[in-house]
Amino acid sequence: MTQAQYSRTGSANRRTGSRYWRSKSAYLGVIPFFLFASVFLFYPTLNVVTGAFRDQNSQFSTKVLFGLLESNTARHAFFNSLEISAITASVGAILGALFAWALVTGKPGTDFYRISIALSSVLAQFGGVMLTFAFLATFGFNGVVSSLALKVLPNSFLANSSWLYEMSGMIVVYTFFQIPLMVLVFLPTLENLRPQWREASDSLGGKPLEYWLRIGIPILTPSFVGAALLLFVNSFSAYATAATLINLSDFLTPLQIASALTSEVGGANPTEAKSLALYMVIVVIIVMTLYALLRRRVSKWEQIR
Amino acid sequence: MKFNKFTTVSVVATLSLALSIPMMTSASAAINYAEITSASKGGGMGRLIAACKAEGQLNVIALPHYWADYGSMIAGFKATYGVKIDEANPEGSSQEEIDAAITNKGTKRSPDVFDLGVAIAAKYKGTGTFAPYKTKFWQYIDNAESGDGEYTPNYTGILTIGYAGKFGTVTKLDDFFDPKFKGAVSLNGDPLGSSAAMNGLFMINKALGGTFDDVSKGVAWFKKLKDLGNFVNVNPTEATIASGQTPVVIDNGYVQAGVQKKFAAAGVSWKLFTPASVGSTYNSAVSAWAPNPACARLWMEYTLGETGANIWAIGGASPTIFQWLLKTGRASAAAKAQIGKSRIKADRATAAQVAAARVYLKTAWPAAVGA
Repeated sequence: MTQAQYSRTGSANRRTGSRYWRSKSAYLGVIPFFLFASVFLFYPTLNVVTGAFRDQNSQFSTKVLFGLLESNTARHAFFNSLEISAITASVGAILGALFAWALVTGKPGTDFYRISIALSSVLAQFGGVMLTFAFLATFGFNGVVSSLALKVLPNSFLANSSWLYEMSGMIVVYTFFQIPLMVLVFLPTLENLRPQWREASDSLGGKPLEYWLRIGIPILTPSFVGAALLLFVNSFSAYATAATLINLSDFLTPLQIASALTSEVGGANPTEAKSLALYMVIVVIIVMTLYALLRRRVSKWEQIR
Repeated sequence: MKFNKFTTVSVVATLSLALSIPMMTSASAAINYAEITSASKGGGMGRLIAACKAEGQLNVIALPHYWADYGSMIAGFKATYGVKIDEANPEGSSQEEIDAAITNKGTKRSPDVFDLGVAIAAKYKGTGTFAPYKTKFWQYIDNAESGDGEYTPNYTGILTIGYAGKFGTVTKLDDFFDPKFKGAVSLNGDPLGSSAAMNGLFMINKALGGTFDDVSKGVAWFKKLKDLGNFVNVNPTEATIASGQTPVVIDNGYVQAGVQKKFAAAGVSWKLFTPASVGSTYNSAVSAWAPNPACARLWMEYTLGETGANIWAIGGASPTIFQWLLKTGRASAAAKAQIGKSRIKADRATAAQVAAARVYLKTAWPAAVGA
């Protein structure tokens, strides 16, 4: 539509023109989202942040917030949280990426492909009490696999389930929902890897190794790291799975927060809970900023068609 | 679902705020039940019942149905008085009960009555959180005077060790060191957060000759059990117990009684071993901001009367009024059978002893059984 046509069909007054309002009314569509986010995200976050700077009489104070930095139990839990998140994000990212790669190189549209995608979507959301129970019933003492292993392979780790009730067990359980999530977020990137690039590399005499070193890996890296960061946050904020698997309130920061909110034996301290939460929010902000920066690089590649 | 506890709490709090509807001040007759401190001061039980029926609803919070048979208690109240009962957050803790009342203050959703652990009840005494109320049988309730009517001790949970019948019969604590209990023993919660777990530790400690002031003997027992691989730090749930993943559970008798009943119905044996009589008493209180003040008070009369006490007793708890019921011949046969002789009274730790134990356990517990 040319400018001449536009002025003929549109209103004489540009400010009331249909096109003006159409461009503004597009914002109306996001109002429900912003309302939702305000009530369920912004307000609670604000509540946490302001609550962290209060003492027992609701006066401004940084005593609890900075006191936590000196607390060995708080530091220990925080490092445990970071450690488990880093390990499960790395393991989940690598295994998930390999599986996604296998799916892409196979025939898309086959039953196997469709089932894998459907399964990933379901398992990425599988967590909490049910996931813990599934692992206990399978690998725990008295579990199905352990009971069988006791007869068949009595000396294997499968027969001695103690690993499940420790950090190692939590890593395995967390990885169980990290891998499918990685498949879901990484698959689109792999599918965007144009076959033409491989062909171009081949026709110019590039060897497979050279293709991967110079084209494949550089293109995939930002996306891979971005997905791994997402997994990191996913595991960092997980609560219910940990709470049901390990009964120690000072083991991970989310468990410590829960204990500070609900302790029945006099340990309840809402300010401490909010201060711990604030430290978690800071970690999440850092990770998500990195993620946003990486996405910018990824988007550049995804625009190439 | 994976979510942060703090997010959930904030979300629930925010949602409640968003949904809050200003309380309708009912065109009450002459009696304002929010200020009535006993049924007789409000003109007797008949008027209290009528006022509750007019309100038509009672809000309770943190009352799981399997817990001391609150399921029957709630059903009984509904059937007797024909009012609706709104049950919020059944798995909530005592602290969450108070938090919900404060967050929802002035709304119809605010809880009317509380069922509180002694630490929280004592913490909020005199803060204007509770509306003082003395039931008809108040003077016959053990230790009722400690709350001055702000809260009333209602039942004592006596700790016990429940175990699957397949293990045979346990007669002493050291039996659990046997290799057949590998990965079998679990405690309901972390003593640093859960009063059931704390009392479980107190029970073991006392059975080994320890005191409420020094729990090191109990901690040493758990450490040995953990080193042998017999103790696991997993949170026992109804599902893990039913499926046999946690075949030995240290928990309150009023939870174990429910397990026993369910197992018996399925033809499976679940036995109880109580090495020492240790427990903690819960407390009933009326919220100062109860949106249904008459029903709140009627609930106190119902639960702390004969009917309520018999329901609690059959549910495995020891009602604080039970000794008086026994004396006056009002205890039901089923209640007497469930409680037996050993579980009428138990030793209790004071709030100060719990606090001291918590400080000690902050480092000693993870050192003994940490992952």
